Amino acid sequence: MPHAISDMEADVPSSPPESTSQNHDVELPAAPEATAATTNKVALEDIFNDEVSDSDLLTSTADIPSSPPTAKDNHRGQDVASARSGQAESYSDPSVMLQYYTRLFPFRPLFLWLNASPSPSPRFANREFAFTLSNDAYLRYQSYPSHDLLRRDILRLNPSRFEIGPEYSTNPRDRKTLRKASTFRPLSKEMVFDIDLTDYDDIRTCCVKANICEKCWKFATMTIKVLDAALREDFGFEHILWVYSGRRGVHAWISDKEARELDDDKRKALVGYFEVLRGGVQGGKRVNVRRPLHPHIRRSMDILRPYFTQILVEQEPFLSQSGQDRLLQLLPDKDLNDALRKKWSSSPDRPSKKKWDDIDELAKTGVSKNLDTKALLEAKQDALLEYTYPRIDVEVGKKRIHLLKSPFVVHPGTGRVCVPITCGGDMKRADLFDPLTVPTVTELLREIDSFGQKNEEEQGTSQEDSNRHENSNQKKVLDWEKTRLKPYYELFNGYVNKLVKSQTTSLKRERDEDGHNGADAMEF
Amino acid sequence: MIRSGIRPEIKKKRIDHKKTQFAKATFQEHDYQHRLSLYDFPPTAEISIEEFETWAIDRLRILAELESCSFRNRSPQETAVHMEPLLKRYMPLSNNSATGGAHIDERLKEERKKDHYSHWILRLAFCRTEDLRRRFSRIETTLFRMRFQQDDGKEKRAFIDSLNLHWETVSNEEKTELSEHLLAATPSLKRVDDENFFKVDWTSIPDLIEHRSVFVRKGKAYVPTQQQTSMIITQFTQNLDKALELSARALPRIDEDDRLSPILDHLSKNFATPDAGFHDTDSSLSGAPINAANVDNLSQHFPLCMKNLHTTLRKNDHLKHFGRLQYTLFLKGIGLSLDDCLIFWRQAFKKIDDDKFNKEYRYNVRHVYGDVGGDANRRGRGYSPYSCQKILTEHPPGTNEAHGCPYRHFNIDNLTSMLQATGVHDREVLRGVKEDVEKKRYHIACNRVFEWAHKVEIKRVKDDNIWGPAELDTIVHPNTYFKRSYLLKNLNSVPKQDVKMEDS
Repeated sequence: MPHAISDMEADVPSSPPESTSQNHDVELPAAPEATAATTNKVALEDIFNDEVSDSDLLTSTADIPSSPPTAKDNHRGQDVASARSGQAESYSDPSVMLQYYTRLFPFRPLFLWLNASPSPSPRFANREFAFTLSNDAYLRYQSYPSHDLLRRDILRLNPSRFEIGPEYSTNPRDRKTLRKASTFRPLSKEMVFDIDLTDYDDIRTCCVKANICEKCWKFATMTIKVLDAALREDFGFEHILWVYSGRRGVHAWISDKEARELDDDKRKALVGYFEVLRGGVQGGKRVNVRRPLHPHIRRSMDILRPYFTQILVEQEPFLSQSGQDRLLQLLPDKDLNDALRKKWSSSPDRPSKKKWDDIDELAKTGVSKNLDTKALLEAKQDALLEYTYPRIDVEVGKKRIHLLKSPFVVHPGTGRVCVPITCGGDMKRADLFDPLTVPTVTELLREIDSFGQKNEEEQGTSQEDSNRHENSNQKKVLDWEKTRLKPYYELFNGYVNKLVKSQTTSLKRERDEDGHNGADAMEF
Repeated sequence: MIRSGIRPEIKKKRIDHKKTQFAKATFQEHDYQHRLSLYDFPPTAEISIEEFETWAIDRLRILAELESCSFRNRSPQETAVHMEPLLKRYMPLSNNSATGGAHIDERLKEERKKDHYSHWILRLAFCRTEDLRRRFSRIETTLFRMRFQQDDGKEKRAFIDSLNLHWETVSNEEKTELSEHLLAATPSLKRVDDENFFKVDWTSIPDLIEHRSVFVRKGKAYVPTQQQTSMIITQFTQNLDKALELSARALPRIDEDDRLSPILDHLSKNFATPDAGFHDTDSSLSGAPINAANVDNLSQHFPLCMKNLHTTLRKNDHLKHFGRLQYTLFLKGIGLSLDDCLIFWRQAFKKIDDDKFNKEYRYNVRHVYGDVGGDANRRGRGYSPYSCQKILTEHPPGTNEAHGCPYRHFNIDNLTSMLQATGVHDREVLRGVKEDVEKKRYHIACNRVFEWAHKVEIKRVKDDNIWGPAELDTIVHPNTYFKRSYLLKNLNSVPKQDVKMEDS
């Protein structure tokens, strides 16, 4: 144990002493400066050793339980936890965040993901990181040569959240030393999409603003499906990661080489391809699609149609007077509208689904002499799109320099971890994802503790036993494996490994071709 | 065994790169086979300094006029009509068919030479700064597009063929297989058999992708021959952007030439004025009570877009990001000081506490005023207030957003009721507005409302000859709207020299 504690000191250099008392963890002494040297050494080793196995990469403190494995302390931990669950939990509590970064945050997978290769490259080193510190100061243009240095700085700064920017032409930290400011420009970044459920506020009736529920999360699921299908089939992208933003949104990160290297004009075009709803509620008809429908719109409608019925039932968009008026506004035939209005005025509580069906039924009875059935069908298609088609925050995707919150960061407002939702086109996973069950940071830390406690009971409480257990690396259970973060972690790891593999093979191919040319030159 | 022979041979083989580069003249006289050109090759013949200057100025005239057309929101057709006499006068460029024969006579050659040389001269003048490069490339592209679309069909094809673009043709089998998708994705295509398709990377035709007017599969776009225009224009812009940056790097060498550099300098400065759209004089209203408390009162002089922002702000006690940006810039433009502006926003956001305001909004207001952010040497006094052009074309408003131009972004019913709410009841005016909006002449609609609302005052200044026609030119900037409205409504109270200042 003494050994373990000294390790921890090295890894938690700046934990404030006062914060530890209320936490369910060991009392951490303030780190002595001298241990910095140890950390340095570890960092260097990690830089040179690229083939660190997954067990090493998580954290070097993986073997330290967050509570000491003595029965007494465990009880204390439990008491504190139960006492705390009653009151409002503070997710941005610096000591909680520090614990999270120390023990759970996947720094190396993050590095591999952004770098798309195991060996350090400018793709990571010249990448901008931006931190929001616990005092709400915002620190931009930070960069790190390796994940270990990033980790060290994050432990030092202990940000409440951080964001990822583009790879720049030079190291972002050196930008002010450049003789010409114009030589500092963004080179590449993952293509990103940002979806925020507040953009659906005019059609979702279940929640407003930052709140979400199972019902309105459907909008997010629909968006994922529509965009994922188009990005794969139309644009040929393969490495698409969908990440929950921690509260009410979804981010897509596309890491294909072609996607990373898109310039701003092309990003704008790509975002425009997905923009079907234009203008605000003031603007009248918001959907303007050409007929015949573009294959992308047709496919999207096939995906969205089943959801539309659900939306009608769950959101009741046409129940209110204003909702009903909006629907009538979208329909082309005046006589039909009058008939519908008359019918609905007699039964004010008629559900939206029935109202939607009424359109066709009344149209069939011939209330309107010169009904244009084609126009009506198109208007109904447009209405379907207006109530289901993805609404993207277009500005975020258009520019490379835009920053976006990193996956696995904790959302300061909800405490939920920004976990990956799905990747590799696995839409079943997207269906099953429930944002309300995403673990919060405090829950995760508690899970580590209770896991340790459970283990302890199984293993027996003898000091000797637990020591032997700690020393046998084979059986060591990593911190993340003890928590509900595990499936998300594995998902991310799998995604990253696939990305790295595909990038290295394509690199190899390029190199082979070069080599071939080189050989020719030699012969000559 | 041949050792003795080797040494001198190595010495001989060492290449003096400076010499080989110019050892043989690679210059070639241009024969100008085609009317259009991507301007890939620089001019090589000698011209006089006088020609150098006059050709450049002639081209500059055309470009400046084209740019002002775009600021006035003229449609491509209107622009073409407007430009025709000017082009004929300053930059004629005729088709091969103009001579009646297949050969290219001297007159055509002269025209094309002037077009070619003037383009390259202006490149030198406008490669200096990022801003100039971007504008130059944008307008040159407009000019190219206009000429390309007017070009005679046969010659257009000959020109395209001469470009040697490597585009993969879609085979007949693939075409039949995809016919359904191709028909659905390609606008105004009736039968697949009528059209041939090229397969290209989608990145080479971003504008077709953005408007969803092409079929894409696995990153390859299937472009119909009729859409080649888009591709060639993209190619043109790309080439030009790249070339401009290369020229910029070579500039220091030219700067040593004291015959050319003053001319180039002068040219680029001349080009700088029309874009501004907004001058500092637009904001100077000496003696006017412009402060935070008075904004409500002043809002009677605001154009509809700003009135809309103002009423939305008062209604919701909040505005979304682009609304705040557009409105803050406008307020800055009317002369509201930074301190007053901060007070204004602080008071307007009633539901937000001081802490949140200071954290999330104060910085942005200061940033807009150039008080904070970025590089202190470059930020100057912050952004310029948005012109109508910018408001009309950038960032269309989304859900719950109030920025943009009501004439463009509202449907006609909402627009009419909003106009009525602001006191415009005249049927004639409302009908005129409706027509303008249908023709997409949004600024005309706005000016129409302005003229109606100030008709008495306008008549007076015209009759009394206080204001010349220049002061009553079409409004293309919200701040001009405000200033003119304010001056007209306060003709008596505002001291005379203020009005005079407009003349200078």
